[in-house]
Amino acid sequence: MDFRDTPDEAAFRAEVRAWLAEHLIGEFAALGGRGGPADEHGFDLRVEWEKLLGTDRWLGLSWPEEYGGRDASFAEQIIFSEEYAKADAPARVSFFGEGLFAPTLLAYGTDEQKRRFLPKIQSVEELWCQGYSEPNAGSDLANVATKAVLDGDQWVVNGQKVWTTLAHRAQWCFCVTRTDPASHGHHGLSYLLIPMDQPGVEVRPLKQMTGTAEFNEVFFSDARTDKANVLGEVSDGWKVAMATLGFERGTAFLSQQLGFQRELQDLIEVAQKRGATAHPVIRQELADSYIGVQIMKYSGMRMLTGLVKKGVLGPESSIGKLYWSNWHRTLGERAMHVLGADASIIADPIADPIADPIAEVTDGAESNYVLGELHRIFMFSRSETIYAGSSEIQRNIIGERVLGLPREPR
Amino acid sequence: MNFAFSEEQDQLREAVGKFMESKSPSAEVRRLMETTVGFDPAIWKQMAQELGLQSLHLPEAHGGQGFTFVELGIVLEEMGKVLLCSPYFATVCLAANAIMNAGTDAQQGELLPGIASGDTIAALAFTEPNGKWDASGITMEAKGKGDAWTLEGTKMFVLDGHTANTIVVVAREAGSSGDDGIGFFVVDGEAKGLNRTALATMDQTRKQARLDFSGVAAKPLGDVGKGWAALSKTLDQAAVCIANEMVGGAQKVLDMAVEYAKVRVQFGRPIGSFQAIKHKCADMLLEVESGKSAAYYAAWAAAEDNEELPVVASLAKAYCSDAYFHAAAENIQIHGGIGFTWEHDAHLYFKRAKSSEILLGDATYHRELLAQRIGI
Repeated sequence: MDFRDTPDEAAFRAEVRAWLAEHLIGEFAALGGRGGPADEHGFDLRVEWEKLLGTDRWLGLSWPEEYGGRDASFAEQIIFSEEYAKADAPARVSFFGEGLFAPTLLAYGTDEQKRRFLPKIQSVEELWCQGYSEPNAGSDLANVATKAVLDGDQWVVNGQKVWTTLAHRAQWCFCVTRTDPASHGHHGLSYLLIPMDQPGVEVRPLKQMTGTAEFNEVFFSDARTDKANVLGEVSDGWKVAMATLGFERGTAFLSQQLGFQRELQDLIEVAQKRGATAHPVIRQELADSYIGVQIMKYSGMRMLTGLVKKGVLGPESSIGKLYWSNWHRTLGERAMHVLGADASIIADPIADPIADPIAEVTDGAESNYVLGELHRIFMFSRSETIYAGSSEIQRNIIGERVLGLPREPR
Repeated sequence: MNFAFSEEQDQLREAVGKFMESKSPSAEVRRLMETTVGFDPAIWKQMAQELGLQSLHLPEAHGGQGFTFVELGIVLEEMGKVLLCSPYFATVCLAANAIMNAGTDAQQGELLPGIASGDTIAALAFTEPNGKWDASGITMEAKGKGDAWTLEGTKMFVLDGHTANTIVVVAREAGSSGDDGIGFFVVDGEAKGLNRTALATMDQTRKQARLDFSGVAAKPLGDVGKGWAALSKTLDQAAVCIANEMVGGAQKVLDMAVEYAKVRVQFGRPIGSFQAIKHKCADMLLEVESGKSAAYYAAWAAAEDNEELPVVASLAKAYCSDAYFHAAAENIQIHGGIGFTWEHDAHLYFKRAKSSEILLGDATYHRELLAQRIGI
């Protein structure tokens, strides 16, 4: 047990730090680290920033060198994330490609597929979105109805996906489709890679309770993709889809802890400037959130050490998803406590923590519902206990796969 | 970065775990908890002589083995699993640490070898009837100078104070207040003027005493008047220790609940197949694992004696207190009627969880302390 850097790790940390100091300047530095993969704040500029990361192989740093990566260890990935967050560098636009699709591709893709897709992820020429949920396939993901049939050298896809983050920005979609029409449940599904820029794909923004539209509906009407664009075996895509979910629930969110730490620090500063920290209940709540975010870090390090030793993430990674989504939701609720009566006005207390809230409503404005940072956390976090497997699904997984409790009779 | 126990540490856990399971089964816990003394002296000797548990983290120069709080935490976790009835926490986690933090090297050389060998049972008497866990709670005044002091007043909630041969007492110089004027003193358990009363504890598996001092002669430990830093550190270390003990108990009640949920059939199916029960168990696992993360990390910070210790000590004490109590309470609920009986062990863990939560300050107290320590 030792949490200090080894000499090699310290050297790597210094390299990351120096690179960020040299490149994270000017308009890139001004972007700040707020938002997340779904946030569109400064999107085009963030794409430009990420191209810099890709050029110097910080994007894809965990990939094998033969595919353009740095073959970085888990410890190095964590160090990079830590330094990235400390530097307040911009939220990543290629989360779905680099964080979810690339590890799945490396695990299940052919050499040809890896050589086709990884370089474009690294150069940020191709962004990805995740085609999983459907109107009738939410928690019951295996109930996917989107169909794909072979027509010569191409798959023809028909159906509807929903809650597809960044679909309107993405060039490609990794998509769970039913390729065996006689199948049901998790049999007969394939993991198809579908280009988004074609007449058969229609993306409609889905306006959420936040007033924004980070998520979309995607309609496939005779959409086409090449026969070769299947990851894993045809009609055996469930395990591939689950592998991606494992990345989504596990490693991909480890770096998130640092963003959460920053959000809490911001909230504490707002509370202090507003005098809210004189209130014993607020003090308890902030201390409890601090405890929660630190434990998230410690548990992440335990999980990673286990991953290094055993090579795979176990079902215990479900604990992480359940934990962080609940922590974040509670942070949002506590932020509203800190604001008191001002919580009823959606002005941004981060930008100006002590000013009277000003959020003037103008008839005919493009939007009269633009959330400040704390309100954004308060509301957006409601989606986090639902997506990537709701908290209830996570509890089922923990109960059945970790604790070995009997399944629900079906 | 490496957050895992070493092979040697895993072996220690296995050896201690086996010993605890064989020496402290439920029947033995129940026998000892009904006694006033509250422990088995033969087991105490075995722990010292065969396993070297009392000497584990004491310095080698004073009869110890020079291991760290990480190894100590492993031992405590295994003890917590079986509700070991023992003055181990009082002796090793409170008194010995106080002696190491406050005493001169010569004083340590006088006091620690007896603890290491198992000959000494020691207690730390710092809390008083006011029930406070910080410096403001210490009102007992010490009078004297040089090596000759006398103590007058009452100490409460003293773990194993009625059986200890050596009692480390925290008092203050007349007229001082707050963090100033704190001093440590050593008193013999049989000292003249010391009246010891064994208390009827809610948790019968960990004994407490009230100690009334009237003109008791005491030897100072370290510099009288400058003891706050040593006491504060001792309390932080003890918080780390109890957090590790608590995660052992929390894991045990989770195991009990899950085991029962698999075999208890109602409505024609095991109750663990119902989401109402399954989800409770999942939440318990989340809290137990989170508690372990906090307790283990805190043990490492204590082992390193680094600047993080005060913050992580309060963090671990606050989280593990809530997690253990919640798990122990859910364990009773999942067991239903049988879990409410005296015969079932669920109540023993429930009571240990509560007494551990209270000891050294509850979760609310430590969250406030944490808030201060991180500058809120």
